[in-house]
Amino acid sequence: MGAALAGALALAATGGSLTVGSKQFGESLVLGELAVELARDVGVPAEHRAALGGTRVVWEALVRGDVDLYPEYTGTVARELLGGAVPAGDPAALRAALAARGVGMTRSLGFEDTYALGMRRARAAELGISRVSDLARSPRLRLGFTNEFMDRGDGWPALRARYRLPQRDVRGLEHEVAYTALAAGEIDVTDLYSTDPEIRRHDLVVLEDDLHAFPPYDAVYLYRLDLERRAPAALEAIRRLEGRIDAAAMIALNARAELDGVAPARVASEFLRATLGVAAAPEEEGRTARVLRRTREHVALVAVALLAAIALAVPLGVVAARRPGVGRVVLAAVGVVQTVPSLALLVMMIPLLGIGARPAVAALFLYGLLPIVRNTHAGLTGIPLELRESAAALGLPPGARLRLVELPLATPAILAGVKTSAVIAVGTATLGALVGAGGYGQPILAGVRLASVPLILEGAIPAALLALAAQALFDLAERWLVPRGLRRARAAGAIR
Amino acid sequence: MRAAQSTEGAPAIELREVVKRYGAEGLGPVSLAVPAARTVALIGPSGAGKSTLLRLVLGLVAPDRGEVRLRGAPLRPEDHAARRRLGYVVQGGGLFPHLTAGGNAALVARHLRWPEARVAARLGELAALTRFPAEALARFPHELSGGQAQRVSLMRALFLEPEVLLLDEPLGALDPITRADLQADLREIFASLGKTVLLVTHDLAEAVFFAHELVLLRDGRVLQRGSLDALVRTPADPFVARFVHAQRALGLPAGAAP
Ligand SMILES: Nc1ncnc2c1ncn2[C@@H]1O[C@H](COP(=O)(O)OP(=O)(O)O)[C@@H](O)[C@H]1O
Ligand SMILES: [Mg+2]
Repeated sequence: MGAALAGALALAATGGSLTVGSKQFGESLVLGELAVELARDVGVPAEHRAALGGTRVVWEALVRGDVDLYPEYTGTVARELLGGAVPAGDPAALRAALAARGVGMTRSLGFEDTYALGMRRARAAELGISRVSDLARSPRLRLGFTNEFMDRGDGWPALRARYRLPQRDVRGLEHEVAYTALAAGEIDVTDLYSTDPEIRRHDLVVLEDDLHAFPPYDAVYLYRLDLERRAPAALEAIRRLEGRIDAAAMIALNARAELDGVAPARVASEFLRATLGVAAAPEEEGRTARVLRRTREHVALVAVALLAAIALAVPLGVVAARRPGVGRVVLAAVGVVQTVPSLALLVMMIPLLGIGARPAVAALFLYGLLPIVRNTHAGLTGIPLELRESAAALGLPPGARLRLVELPLATPAILAGVKTSAVIAVGTATLGALVGAGGYGQPILAGVRLASVPLILEGAIPAALLALAAQALFDLAERWLVPRGLRRARAAGAIR
Repeated sequence: MRAAQSTEGAPAIELREVVKRYGAEGLGPVSLAVPAARTVALIGPSGAGKSTLLRLVLGLVAPDRGEVRLRGAPLRPEDHAARRRLGYVVQGGGLFPHLTAGGNAALVARHLRWPEARVAARLGELAALTRFPAEALARFPHELSGGQAQRVSLMRALFLEPEVLLLDEPLGALDPITRADLQADLREIFASLGKTVLLVTHDLAEAVFFAHELVLLRDGRVLQRGSLDALVRTPADPFVARFVHAQRALGLPAGAAP
């Protein structure tokens, strides 16, 4: 109560609020929730941008000020964020280097979540492997690593160099998929985190890092230094976690969240009540309220992106139809956008637009262009020559021809393009959750991370329903927008 | 007004050494003058360049060489006002499927913001003139018979009272009875309005029925110009004789026989 009052006063004094970020795995989500609930407990409004992305995305968000605080690991800070210039084992040096970027670092939360390599116990015994250096003796082993581990400076490249590992069959996989593949015997070795609850579930052995290729990965929170001024009470409350979570406790929390499918918010509040005596219940949003909120977020993403796409794509389609030379360039350009993988496009947007709805809307907008441009172009160029000639011969100027004849005749095609864009956007917008845009992607992503089918369905089912609704809406729009005569003639089979 | 004065007595339509090529095919060089208030029929086999000639007169395509003049004034590209003084019925009719019969006919008038009362009055006039049932004005093109659709095309061409009518096979795809009906109606309309008419047909009988003069086109060139009599008696080219005889075998109007 006293703390809450102090927090409220501090808030009144500073107007502070806290935005917490997290990466896309269960432990990060739980640690994010812990910070959020501790801040709320002292009266600081806090928001969790859960499962924002990989290390790079969340770090950029912190530096830009889109989030104020997120859980990180010292080894990652040293190698990945500071480029290996500072030893991971030297907190003072890390703090100094981070301070130069306006970032602070708490003390260790009490556990290490280091990178490690794991194998099925039976397979490891069969090959006599217990240390990473033993791997060099079995060059035919099939390795499956998370994509992040494959690319990171402190991941596979460092390990291979350090141990002179000869394996050629190395693939990039999703973390959860890697466990499944390992269990199925499709791969022999994967990277894992030392606090993964799956280690126990799949009965894996963690290979000893005998040459110390991996630096220490102590769990900490990184935060913007201005937080010390803006929301000191929240920061102080969160610091209460320093040294309070040991490895066994973290594995248990991860098991609760990832194996038992308990919501990270509840896992966090249970832990806080048990260890710190913090009574704050998580803000539990009912399922209906949750789905409604995500529907609002999702529909807003799609609607804004689609309207913007229509506003640009229809004129582009008109220009493309009028000038074949320009048309080829325009169609090629919007086609190229379509080939950029949606995840890559989203991530590319972050440096320009930050995180949240803006990069998601921008990406959806770009994806929405092609079907509309192409259909507008096709609809206009598909108008029979005799009709285009008649309109011109009547002495209608080009603008009037477009408005009175060409666009009305092209509306069925244009609407079909808009409909395609809308349905694609509803699906693609689920990826918006990767950049903090919310929407139906949030439960889907969290569900994938936590291997929880109900959670996935909580996003996937409304997304499918929304796609159907969009389709129905455009069928209705067709009745309003396609000129009556055209509709009837099409129905009568008189024209296409 | 200077242009009008300087063009007193000039042909309504004049082509001077006009050439329009599509690769090896196309039209020209063609020179042709159509005096005001005359009906001239362009005849010839398909691919002869008849439609291309009309497109050149409308400025829908620009000549590669030569010049098109309307009442003595050179045709400028994209001259929308000039086109409104030409009434055109495109081959196939070219009715817009999204507009009613009346909407098609009055499209340009409405674009020019004619008052609705004036539009309605003009529609009534034209429906009577072309013998189009007034109650069908609200129908869409696909709900009209072939003959009715052609009458609507004609109403649309006539709506702004153009000085010149350009008709590209206006009776092309009609059954014989409808065609005969419409032929009679058309001739009456031409006679009563006193307009300059340039009419394309590949049917010699129809050409004779409508026109003061025939112009026979083949491979983009004018082979002969004159009355049917002249074409029959003094063919300028063996093809003229063949074209005339091929069609006479099908039966020509009695008065047209040599
Ligand atoms: N837009 C065009 N592109 C290519 N060739 C054309 C085009 N318009 C007409 N032609 C060619 O020019 C010739 C004359 O065509 P057209 O004037 O339509 O003949 P007609 O109306 O006498 O049947 C034909 O050989 C035709 O193929
Ligand atoms: Mg033709």
